[in-house]
Amino acid sequence: MPHPAERRLVFEHLDEPGYTPDLPCYLRYGGYEALRKSVQRQPAELVDEVKRSGLRGRGGAGFPCGVKWTLLDRRSGKPVYLIVNADESEPGTFKDRYIIHQDPHQLIEGIMITCWANQVHQAYIYIRGEFPHGARLLEQAIAEARAAGFVGPDVLGTGYSCEIFVHRGAGAYICGEETGLIESLEGKRPYPRIKPPYFPAVLGLYQCPTIVNNVETLCHVKHIAAMGGEAFARIGTLNNTGTRLLCVSGHVQHPGYFEVESGKVTLGRLLNEICGGPRPGRQFKAVIPGGSSSKILRFGERFKIKQPNGSMVEWGVEDIPMDFDSLASCGSMGGSGGVIVMDDSVDIVAALANLNAFYAHESCGQCTPCREGSLWMKKITARMVHGDARPQDGELLKSVADQIAGRTICPFGEACAWPTQSFVLKFAGEFAGYAEIGKQPKAADHVQIV
Amino acid sequence: MNLKPETLEKIDGVITHYPVKRSAALPLLHLVQEDQGFIAPEAIEWIAEKLELQPVNVYELVTFYPMFRQQPIGRRHIKVCRTLSCALVGGFQVCEEMRKQFDCALGATSADGEVTIEFVECLASCGTGPVVMIDDELHEKVHVARARELAAQIRAVAAAEGRA
Ligand SMILES: Cc1cc2nc3c(=O)[nH]c(=O)nc-3n(C[C@H](O)[C@H](O)[C@H](O)COP(=O)(O)O)c2cc1C
Ligand code: SF4
Ligand code: FES
Repeated sequence: MPHPAERRLVFEHLDEPGYTPDLPCYLRYGGYEALRKSVQRQPAELVDEVKRSGLRGRGGAGFPCGVKWTLLDRRSGKPVYLIVNADESEPGTFKDRYIIHQDPHQLIEGIMITCWANQVHQAYIYIRGEFPHGARLLEQAIAEARAAGFVGPDVLGTGYSCEIFVHRGAGAYICGEETGLIESLEGKRPYPRIKPPYFPAVLGLYQCPTIVNNVETLCHVKHIAAMGGEAFARIGTLNNTGTRLLCVSGHVQHPGYFEVESGKVTLGRLLNEICGGPRPGRQFKAVIPGGSSSKILRFGERFKIKQPNGSMVEWGVEDIPMDFDSLASCGSMGGSGGVIVMDDSVDIVAALANLNAFYAHESCGQCTPCREGSLWMKKITARMVHGDARPQDGELLKSVADQIAGRTICPFGEACAWPTQSFVLKFAGEFAGYAEIGKQPKAADHVQIV
Repeated sequence: MNLKPETLEKIDGVITHYPVKRSAALPLLHLVQEDQGFIAPEAIEWIAEKLELQPVNVYELVTFYPMFRQQPIGRRHIKVCRTLSCALVGGFQVCEEMRKQFDCALGATSADGEVTIEFVECLASCGTGPVVMIDDELHEKVHVARARELAAQIRAVAAAEGRA
């Protein structure tokens, strides 16, 4: 049952008894009506509708979706591709999983509306390799939709043709980065490309103009087509419109996935009310609010924020509204919606060591600062946890991280530097004193995380 | 290369999904690995020829993407999530328990060839951690007691198939 503080659009039918991922069920619930309506309209009208909706991409960066579509280079005369980013690889994020497994037709309808709006004739769904059932479910759903005329050579009798194929990844995080993904889809190592000139909208898949959108983003497109851009823009807050899927994991009583109006629920309400608060006898210590790459927030820190209308507010971590702009104003980000919670049982250096091991494993290795830096950060934090911490390790970590961010081909450089920079800044005392803290006897309920 | 007729049929089908043959490299590697259990040197050459590439163009994929392997593994593949959200709720203890159950080193195959146990990075099911994938099946909220049950199930299957 959704929590009363939720507002469900994309997740409306999730976990609903009797709701199944097949086409007859989707049609019983009014499925493909938005596509039917959309193909009666001019493509440009739909692009405008999405622009008016204010929809921002849900894959991580929050880039305005309608604007992205208008950046497509149409002058080249080359075919335009749509790639659906179903790589869902940012640690802490697990929303797209449920759409794919429980409501694949919602995604396919969103894809087809997007393809019509942009006159795309070929879409690929790049799904992470660890979702083998999800890939099969999507293939089945595409076959059903094709047999019913929603996908294929003559969509709903309009003469418009569009095919969708599912393409499986093979376990590499960097395939989530859009240009790495494109290389991977071309059958190569997923080495991200340099922008400029390789903006997907201009030189994407096979050097053709390409749209890359996240699974959740495309589901919102379906709802925008159904309700209209203005109605969608009235949900949520200014510049942070619509609903947002949030994934909560770690130390709360009830972790899980939720859908709320953007900016209408605070982080405190999310964790204390919707997720039932901390575990018995525990207090929250820190939270990573937008996937593992977003900067950590420490409970107890205060933020003085200038509101868009010029007035000043002061927030604690609990007061931050869950939307892109508010989280950014507090020095972190909304990212992919993955909220990772840590309580006072956590050894913060060990938590960073865990994340650093992830980034060192996942760097593609093209850029020296990222390849070497991520490895050094992993080695330093591992050494600290294994009993050889030095008082200056915090500074050493910071100096390595500072030399990665801003000096790499793709944003993975920032993604791997931000955890280290923010952990060291906000928990300076723990890093400085770790030579002693780390050697203290562990409590009975101590959980080993590295 | 002795691929099953179904595999060959799927391979010819999937190549048609792309305007450029090379794009079918990952799908072909998946299909061949599912058929053969791993990617042998002959498989690399076979795929390269099929897609009109040089063997190194395929080899560099096998060595980059974590899901591809160049050696056979145990009959069952146990992958425990290593990343933060799962670790916070006991993922490392679960991995330790699995290793004890099968007397198997991390990243290795048990002496009887029954299981290969690996740590993998986030499986995108962080809200129901600790999570473990056994072959294609995801298991959620796998705490130590549940890990023992899963291990017992694997042994029961082995026994039923005549391996004690
Ligand atoms: C290292 C890295 C990993 C990423 N992983 C994902 C991912 O798993 N899924 C995703 O949708 N976007 C991911 N992104 C963001 C994509 O590059 C891209 O911005 C996004 O798919 C665009 O879709 P949207 O505009 O609908 O958000 C990642 C970015 C980086 C830098
Ligand atoms: S920043 Fe890291 S992941 Fe991105 S291209 Fe450079 S080495 Fe690869
Ligand atoms: S951290 Fe284990 S599934 Fe994400």
